[in-house]
Amino acid sequence: MNRFLLPLSIFIVVVGFLGVGLKLNPREIPSPLVGKAAPDFSQPHLADPEQVFAPADLKGKVWLLNFWASWCSGCKTEHPVLMELAKSGEVPIYGMDYKDQRDEALTWLRRWGNPYPVVGVDEAGRVGINYGVYGVPETYVIDKQGMIRYKQIGPLDSETVANKIIPLVKQLESQ
Amino acid sequence: MIPEIGHFALILALCVAVVQGVLPIYGAMVGNSALMAVAKPAARAQFLLVVIAFCCLGYAFADKDFSVLYVASTSNSQLPLHYRLAAIWGAHEGSLLLWTLILTVWMFAVTLFSAHLPETMRSRILGVMGLVSLGFLLFMLTVSNPFERLIPAAPEGRDLNPLLQDPGMVIHPPMLYMGYVGFSVAFAFAIAALLGGNLDAAWARWSRPWTTVAWCFLTVGIAMGSGWAYYELGWGGWWFWDPVENASFMPWLAGTALVHSLAVTDKRGGFKVWTVLLAIMAFSLSLLGTFLVRSGVLTSVHAFATDPKRGLFILAFLAIVIGGSLALYAWRAPRVGLGGSFAMMSREGMLLANNVLLVAAMGSVLLGTLYPLFLDALDLGKISVGPPYFDAVFVPLMVPALFLMGIGPLAQWKKAEVPDLAKRLRWAFGVSVVTALVLPFVLGAWTPLLSLGLLMAVWIVTTAVIGLRERLAHVGGKSLLEQVSLVPRSYWGMLVAHCGIAVFVVGVTMVKGFETEKDVRMNVGETATIGDYTFRFDGAQDVVGPNYTAARGAFRVSLDGRETTTLYPEKRRYAAQNQVMTEAAIDPGLLRDLYVSLGEPLDEGAWSVRLYHKPFVDWIWGGCFIMALGGVIAISDRRYRLAWRKQEPTVQPSAGTARRKVA
Repeated sequence: MNRFLLPLSIFIVVVGFLGVGLKLNPREIPSPLVGKAAPDFSQPHLADPEQVFAPADLKGKVWLLNFWASWCSGCKTEHPVLMELAKSGEVPIYGMDYKDQRDEALTWLRRWGNPYPVVGVDEAGRVGINYGVYGVPETYVIDKQGMIRYKQIGPLDSETVANKIIPLVKQLESQ
Repeated sequence: MIPEIGHFALILALCVAVVQGVLPIYGAMVGNSALMAVAKPAARAQFLLVVIAFCCLGYAFADKDFSVLYVASTSNSQLPLHYRLAAIWGAHEGSLLLWTLILTVWMFAVTLFSAHLPETMRSRILGVMGLVSLGFLLFMLTVSNPFERLIPAAPEGRDLNPLLQDPGMVIHPPMLYMGYVGFSVAFAFAIAALLGGNLDAAWARWSRPWTTVAWCFLTVGIAMGSGWAYYELGWGGWWFWDPVENASFMPWLAGTALVHSLAVTDKRGGFKVWTVLLAIMAFSLSLLGTFLVRSGVLTSVHAFATDPKRGLFILAFLAIVIGGSLALYAWRAPRVGLGGSFAMMSREGMLLANNVLLVAAMGSVLLGTLYPLFLDALDLGKISVGPPYFDAVFVPLMVPALFLMGIGPLAQWKKAEVPDLAKRLRWAFGVSVVTALVLPFVLGAWTPLLSLGLLMAVWIVTTAVIGLRERLAHVGGKSLLEQVSLVPRSYWGMLVAHCGIAVFVVGVTMVKGFETEKDVRMNVGETATIGDYTFRFDGAQDVVGPNYTAARGAFRVSLDGRETTTLYPEKRRYAAQNQVMTEAAIDPGLLRDLYVSLGEPLDEGAWSVRLYHKPFVDWIWGGCFIMALGGVIAISDRRYRLAWRKQEPTVQPSAGTARRKVA
């Protein structure tokens, strides 16, 4: 082959990959926890610190665990989607208030609405570490046996909810 | 109204770019001088129009016009004016406008300093630059218009990303872009030469100063970006091998190779095809860098604007510009010829080896940056490539390059004798080895990497001293002062730039070898010791800035019981985006930096605190600035100044004979 064509050939291969790369989402990261038991915790409720929120209480139910915080702008973006999902009654969304201040979190929920039946408080971020939270918001789908089935990094949008979360929840419900 | 003027100016600039990209190149092909003469006024008109557009956007920011979408999304009424103006390039659309502005600045510069170029050459160069500018203007006007309106206007802006609210960030992007886009001149020269088919030494002489200027800007730009990451991200690191950093580093490596290759083409007429390829490569990598940063194919701590539609546009643009020029290269380069022959053991041979090492280093950075994407595209899993890979491939490639850097300038052109070189270099070698073996012991810890780093740094400096001594002896002036003034500035420039590398290597080696850090919980009044320094935490107070509130800690630093300084790191919360930023406090010094950053507040006024003692860290950036200074000295060389004045590059007889003797 003509050696002067070599740079062009390499470049064409790179462009091919870049073209494919455009269609991929680098933020979609598989979690090693998917398929494993959801780490246990017992954290105080946000609304009433006397009560304790633990995943064991939810055995036999399919539920979502959503890490959020009042300081997080992505959580604000995702919030209407969560409200919609909560209203549809498809699946309960449990919140985990991550590295936040109690009064600010409560104000945030009062102002924007509360999609969660229960919000746990993870002030020190310990639960977040056990779940491998990269950053808020993150959402986990947990099945009846308490296994993590799906992890969403970053805000949920209505498309992901309709195409991934709800079909998955339906499938897990029927098991 | 003002934003519409800006928008309209961009549309006009697009029309001018079409004219500038088509007529002069066609004119040069058919030999029509009337068509070729269009190039110069068109380039100037385009410059003027883009300046108008840029000023309009600047006005919209200064005026807090939140009916402009871009202004509303990157500034805020509380944001101080200087940051509002810097916000012009705080996100995607404005960065592109800045890029285009700088491209037209370079075009304008070409129209000013090209009187000595043949008409066909100049019209081809400006034509190629016009085509590049056409792509960027089209990109802005179709998918990233900075003048897009937001009706009804937002009551308040979303504010500039707090990470960017920093003096370093104000100046870093323009510097970086001057470098990136500056390579477009060398690129245009190369394409013009391929189109015209005349690649001679004169061509290399013309493109050399342009390339060196762009290289200087890029060097400074990268150094400033690295410095910014050091004090703004709060982890005390200065280079993360992040895709965005790599995107700026790859053109630098290719550009460095290009600067050296041009020297050979200029002086010896060799490496022609290789030089052309490097010129294409340097600019292509600049474009690729833009693509990687702007399209969202790679995640990065820096990625602040990603949109696949834009990605597709840039990819198509890349394919046309780079694919087109590489196809032109494949078609025309075989006719250019390779230039004079030389032995492997010669200055050419060593420059070629250095070039190959630099390009290999560039290739390994490119591979590491794109590898996650390749695997993902082939559905082989998601991985991320981090510093261990880059350190592992980069160091072995750079060590021989640094070693050759010492010998190359002393070797003869065409053919050098090994015994002769060995004899001239034995002192440098001895001093370097002894220093490398002994100095780490004196400093307190001997490790192979520390020793290697010092060996390289001392080697570069000692060989530079030997080279300079021989040079001074050869020029044959009467006094030392006269000898010094007879050595050409380009030689001084090379020495200074090489010593900059040595300074940089010392910085990296010492930081890696001796830095210490501590993550501690500190109560008010408690002390912690790092290096020989004792830090006493005096508690944190609330302070209010223009658009943020902060907790400001006070740390009294003492050395041997004497108080040296007080450091005030901050933890800021920016109101508009409700984002928390760590503002590290640094006590810089020639021999060490002390670095304190606040972690999280703990109970009873205590904080988690990170303390660093970083020996010689400022040498890293100092080295980069010295390198750039070397470049500046090199372009102030007589022969370029003469060329600017449209004269034949004649040299004084004494300097001329001297050059022949040494060369």
